[in-house]
Amino acid sequence: MPVILATDIIMFLLTVIFVFLALRVRSEGYLKDAWRQIKMNKLAMISLAILILYGAVALADSIRWRDPVLNDNGEAAIADNGSTIYSAEALTLLDRAFSGMRLSTEKTFSAPFAERQFVKENIEVADGTNRRDYPELKYPGAHILGTGKVGNDVFFSAMKGVRTGIIIGAGTTIISIPFAIFFGVLAGFYGGIVDDIIQYVYTTLSSIPDVLLIVAFMLLFGQSGYQGGLVNEADTILNFFVLNDRLFWLCFIMGITSWTGLCRLLRGETLKLREMEYIQAANAFGVSKSTMMLRHIVPNVTHLVLITMVLQFSGLVLAEAVLSYIGVGVGAETGSWGNMINTARMELSREPVVWWNLLAAFVFMFTLVLPANIFGDAVRDALDPRLRTK
Amino acid sequence: MSDKALEIKGLKTYFNTPSGVAKAVDGVSFSINRGETFALVGESGCGKSVTSLSVIQLVPEPAGFIADGEILLNGEDIISMKEADKRRIRGNKISMIFQEPMTSLNPVFTIGSQIVEPIMLHQGKTKAEAREIAIGMLAKVGLPEPGKLFSVYPHTLSGGMMQRVMIAIALACRPDLLIADEPTTALDVTIEAQILELMKELQRELGTAIMLITHNMALVYRNAEHVAVMYAGKIVETASTKTLFRNPLHPYTIQLLRAIPEMGNRDRPLETIPGSVPPATDFPDGCRFSGRCSREMAGCAAREPRPILKADGHLVSCHLYDPEFISTQASRPLHTEGKAPEPISTPPMERSPLLDVKGLKKHYPIRKGLFKRIVGYNKAVNGIDLEIRRGSTLALVGESGSGKTTAGKAIIQLIRPTTGTVRFSGNILTDLSDTELKPYKSNTQIIFQNPYSSLNPRMMIGEIIEEGIRSLKPEIPVRERKQKVRETIERVGLTEEMLRRYPHEFSGGQRQRIGIARVLAVEPEFIVCDEAVSALDVSVQAQILNLLKSIQRDFGISYLFITHDLGVVEYIADEVAVMYGGKIVERGTVEEIFKTPKHEYTKTLLNAVPRIEKGEKEYDGESAR
Repeated sequence: MPVILATDIIMFLLTVIFVFLALRVRSEGYLKDAWRQIKMNKLAMISLAILILYGAVALADSIRWRDPVLNDNGEAAIADNGSTIYSAEALTLLDRAFSGMRLSTEKTFSAPFAERQFVKENIEVADGTNRRDYPELKYPGAHILGTGKVGNDVFFSAMKGVRTGIIIGAGTTIISIPFAIFFGVLAGFYGGIVDDIIQYVYTTLSSIPDVLLIVAFMLLFGQSGYQGGLVNEADTILNFFVLNDRLFWLCFIMGITSWTGLCRLLRGETLKLREMEYIQAANAFGVSKSTMMLRHIVPNVTHLVLITMVLQFSGLVLAEAVLSYIGVGVGAETGSWGNMINTARMELSREPVVWWNLLAAFVFMFTLVLPANIFGDAVRDALDPRLRTK
Repeated sequence: MSDKALEIKGLKTYFNTPSGVAKAVDGVSFSINRGETFALVGESGCGKSVTSLSVIQLVPEPAGFIADGEILLNGEDIISMKEADKRRIRGNKISMIFQEPMTSLNPVFTIGSQIVEPIMLHQGKTKAEAREIAIGMLAKVGLPEPGKLFSVYPHTLSGGMMQRVMIAIALACRPDLLIADEPTTALDVTIEAQILELMKELQRELGTAIMLITHNMALVYRNAEHVAVMYAGKIVETASTKTLFRNPLHPYTIQLLRAIPEMGNRDRPLETIPGSVPPATDFPDGCRFSGRCSREMAGCAAREPRPILKADGHLVSCHLYDPEFISTQASRPLHTEGKAPEPISTPPMERSPLLDVKGLKKHYPIRKGLFKRIVGYNKAVNGIDLEIRRGSTLALVGESGSGKTTAGKAIIQLIRPTTGTVRFSGNILTDLSDTELKPYKSNTQIIFQNPYSSLNPRMMIGEIIEEGIRSLKPEIPVRERKQKVRETIERVGLTEEMLRRYPHEFSGGQRQRIGIARVLAVEPEFIVCDEAVSALDVSVQAQILNLLKSIQRDFGISYLFITHDLGVVEYIADEVAVMYGGKIVERGTVEEIFKTPKHEYTKTLLNAVPRIEKGEKEYDGESAR
């Protein structure tokens, strides 16, 4: 029984865009030239490989289904009305692939690669007396990034954070960029009353502190949403689709609040571009206004869009951590780096310090944000025909 | 102290670029005497500006570096100096003025503070003393009310005034050498004459040596005592100005001079130099002009020419004048002596009028206040009448701000005029709505001045040329359209494989050809050429003018040629209209205007144009053959 979350759709959309672009660069044309340029940049290619790896993890974590509950005979249990009973737990492909790691939980903290637990316990020795010592782990040496407070494998938790990070970063960007391009170019190109209205809207929107808007929205819509973990039948539509997904609402509201900056930038650039002589030439050819915008203006603002996109992506991944910290981020049961950092706050204030949770979140975030920046930069350069070398 | 202000010996300035070492300046030697004007001429990309940057020790680091040579200022080598000492020289002993006065002054500081700065820094004067000197300098460069101007911000001044301020700043410390890099290119021709006159005057007074960098041969003729012609990082010919213009020896110099459009060569195509300056990373071996030279010999590309002293002070680096070379087998000429170009048979000017403009006005409202009330009008074009016949060229001349461009755009309805009628082969364009106008757009087209901003950098050449047909003639099937694009690009002298390239891969001249092809593809009857050749080097300008003329002959197109370059007007126009302050002050045929100008403004304009007067040859400049 498959379960599809609203955010899974974002993930699938990202995959479709990726596959589409991958196919396009193989055929002749503008993108092929750009791709050839990117291929010459080793650093960008390494970054791309890392990004694809992250993407694959996130995609695997977005394909989920519920298993039937087995009865005592080992067969699928049938309800009274004849339908199969499914477990409330929707495990993803990632969960299933790494089920060893997922299920190999300890009692509590253990350091990376440790053989023994991090905290002392009373251990009953064979002769019946109690000894206070570090107990041996159930899976010694298996936790490459240690275990967390409830004995969960930190590496696996961090991996579960990949999907959240990518959805927050890319999903929000996907929501906000079309707004920004559409309104920014329209305002700059037409000017006058159109410009006034659009400016009025985004000035109003950007004069409300983002955090307040996000908190208010999340308290209204997000609290009841799916937060990870067990799937409540009441939340589903047609038995498999979950629209009321807290992460989705988070993306949505962050998308709504983050398009204004880019929109303003694009409006200014369009104001400049529309006076260029090639626009006038197009005018002299009687090219329609929409074609002029699509063919002459939008391609010439892509560099701004890309730069903003990459910066925004990094910013959003970090913002998720902040929002989780103030309690309006993703739910506690959704694996996320923000949650990991949030819990690390307590772990860092104890003695001896538990550092691996923070380190894991840091390393995973760093290796996503840095390649995204490097690759975004390379794409920007490759899309600018002026910077191409033959 | 020697009488040489500046002496350069074997200067080599190289740049490290991704595609190899660019030898922008490659072994240049010359000297400038005190109080003398020395001109460095050549096409763009020849290394003129890099030479000047080397002299002032501002070669952009770390990519650029001075590989070899000496630069002696008053006999003292400045390359080996410490950075702190170099700073004491810049703006003090050597100063520089640039092409764009608008961007050379910092907009957030007053004029006064920008002049005072070098005086206080280099001469150790107090603020009050410096202020006095500064006001004196402002008066000296002929600016009115210097005391008041002292506390004014740059944006309130015109281009000519700003260039005067730049000169005042440059000369405030009484430098030994003033480098003027295209000082008047951005200015109107009447202002240009004033600025150059001012520079001469101050030179006499202060004894400053001037290094004038320009591509305008006529300017050199008028203003310099010595000239060096630079090509591809080397000086190919140097002589006193008189000698060089009477007796040009190097084929490059000769070809440059012949490419200048003027009345005398109206009936012929201009002589052009084929191709363009090779990139500095990829200079040819042997003589660097080989491949473009009309008198190239078999061995030219194999051996580097040595400088030959033809007469006192007249040095030329060309194998033609090397007796040793001429006596060898290598001197077999590659081309038969270039025959005089075929005259262009100008088509009989059809009498039928194509375009008739009556009382055309374009007023821009000036709005002020909270409710943007209209408080007045900026009368850019204030009632002009024009008539253009089929297959002929009307030149619209005037200074910047006179409304030429606005008039041109209003005629083809790119800007809708405020009032007035434009009648195009019987139809009144000004009465039509935007949709009704569309069918006429293929008849009336425009070519822009700036070949860099008139092509969308993200579109391939093929798409750019195709755009007009796609929009104006959607009924033409794709196959025919592509065919038309291929025909057009070949008509303007480019090749089909260039259709898949992007604009930045082309030189200025090639881009202008693309701009022409784009327009030609929709088969117009009337083209507005808005300063279409003003941004180009003279050799490239000649190519484009020839192309425009031959297109006119083949297709019977009429041109409205908007320009401030009167040489071009003499060469290409049949009729001239002089525009001043939004109105046409004088109209007539080329001969009438140039021989018997009536309006005062026309006379000023014509007097301001620097011209090369053809004199007798001083001595036989024939080759050693």
